[in-house]
Amino acid sequence: MIEARGLTKRYGSTLAVDQLSFSVEPGRVTGFLGPNGAGKTTTMRMILGLDRPTAGTVTVAGKAFSRADHPMREVGALLDARAVHGGRSAYNHLLCLAQTNDLPARRVGEVLELTGLSEVAKKRTKGFSLGMGQRLGIAAALLGDPRVLMFDEPVNGLDPEGILWIRNLMKALAAEGRTIFVSSHLMSEMENTADHLIVIGRGRLIADCTVAEFIEQNSRQTVRVRTPDQGPLSAVLAAGGASVRDEGDGSLLVTGLTPARVGDLAFEHSIRLHELAPARASLEEAFMELTAGAVEFHAGVPVGNPADEPVTVGKGS
Amino acid sequence: MSTVTAAPATGSRVALPPARGRSGLAGAIRSELTKIRSTRSTYWTLLALVIVTVGLGALVSFGAAQHPGDTGPGFDATQRSLGGLYLSQLIIVVLGALTITSEYSTGMIRTSLTAQPRRGTLFAAKAIVFCAVSLATGLVVSFLSFFVGQAIMSGHHSLAGFPLSVSLGDPNVLRAVIGGGLFLAACGMLSFGLGMMLRHTAGAITAAIGLLFVLSVLVNFLPQSWQDHIDKWMPAIAGTQIWATKPDPSFLGPWTGFAVLCGYAAAAMIAGWILFQRRDA
Repeated sequence: MIEARGLTKRYGSTLAVDQLSFSVEPGRVTGFLGPNGAGKTTTMRMILGLDRPTAGTVTVAGKAFSRADHPMREVGALLDARAVHGGRSAYNHLLCLAQTNDLPARRVGEVLELTGLSEVAKKRTKGFSLGMGQRLGIAAALLGDPRVLMFDEPVNGLDPEGILWIRNLMKALAAEGRTIFVSSHLMSEMENTADHLIVIGRGRLIADCTVAEFIEQNSRQTVRVRTPDQGPLSAVLAAGGASVRDEGDGSLLVTGLTPARVGDLAFEHSIRLHELAPARASLEEAFMELTAGAVEFHAGVPVGNPADEPVTVGKGS
Repeated sequence: MSTVTAAPATGSRVALPPARGRSGLAGAIRSELTKIRSTRSTYWTLLALVIVTVGLGALVSFGAAQHPGDTGPGFDATQRSLGGLYLSQLIIVVLGALTITSEYSTGMIRTSLTAQPRRGTLFAAKAIVFCAVSLATGLVVSFLSFFVGQAIMSGHHSLAGFPLSVSLGDPNVLRAVIGGGLFLAACGMLSFGLGMMLRHTAGAITAAIGLLFVLSVLVNFLPQSWQDHIDKWMPAIAGTQIWATKPDPSFLGPWTGFAVLCGYAAAAMIAGWILFQRRDA
């Protein structure tokens, strides 16, 4: 269980984390979502005591992490997989960490096996691939069999097999009743792994809800229709309470009505339809929309923003 | 590795022994010992230290043996055989800085502080382990240099007929040879403190060399009457008195001089410690 209260971090004139309050509960995977530069890593660093908060507090199991009796049994963290001395072997790297918490040396062999690194245990970590480095970081996090695990962008740069492995691992760890806190800037990644979401942008809390709630609140039902009579249909649908956008390719994107209702309205007004397809705005889009105002660096080319239209959650008829 | 993918691993296949007490200094020291002995650079540096110190000491001892005419009544056979220490300061300075700066350059410091977030414990363990390693190495090379140097000079005599070589039982000799080891350890701790302050390998080594070498040279550009008062307080000049057997009255005494060097090292360590506590890692 991680609890942040009014957590704030200021670097000079930059406010990296701004009055952040949230709790991360055990037994589920909590996704920590935000665009690059939103303050996710800084928040995780403050949880670990690497950075001192400018204001506010954050506790793990009720006390500051730096006061934990056995830190590695409390929290295992993978913040930066490259944060190892490349000249040291994987075994010695893990051994020197285990010794700080009086963990038995045999535990090193266990986590090496757990992460599939037994064969390269004696190799210096300098030559490790990104995936192996990531596994080594996870091995280090698991050493103390901790109740809380934190992963910062764990799938970055991994191949599909590695991504699947980490997802399954996180789910399995959560199922054992542990607290799993994992950050990502990709909604699609969270969709597949997380049960709960904490979304931040520009250091501020944007959403704190379950993934299901997030989907319900943020992804709108849209309907794509193709018709030779665009003008009349647009008028009819608008009168029916929908917002209609001409996609330019001969189709209309309708928001605020169910596909059935769109079909019925067309039929009632004798308008021919060539296509009628339900479409759901992806979570990725919803996330982009939600954090649009909170992205620190915008790309040079403006991205079409569907949020310009009024959002009416269609109840249908 | 597909087997791993198929069966997602969990953290606790084998239960850990129940936690007792608190993870503290003893574990941190074991960890630092593992760190220092598990990188090749440690061995290369220590090997270079032994070769340079003993080799240079042997060379200057050989020079003295071949040129007895140059050896006056003030000839200090102990100091001569330990002459390699002038150069090996440089090497221990590198090792002292690397002990901490390599953790910053690799990012390992963040991993270390995640395993043991009590910064005082990590700092103390690092300082204790490095101090022990540098003192042990310093004593070994100091005694080795002494015996090799004396063996080379034995049988040779000065023009006045005195034997050049001395033994450990002669006045001040044992103190000086042990002092050689103490001197190296103190130089190493000075560099360790600077490394903690600067967190950067090149910066820390440059600062340590500046303090130990350049400062002593710069003093020579001061007016003579100032020099007389200032240069004996320079860290390297003060510190070398501990491995001389024939005290020069214009400098500090052996233990006073060594205490001055330790003072510089302590100042660097304390500054490093305060910054380590305050700064974000």
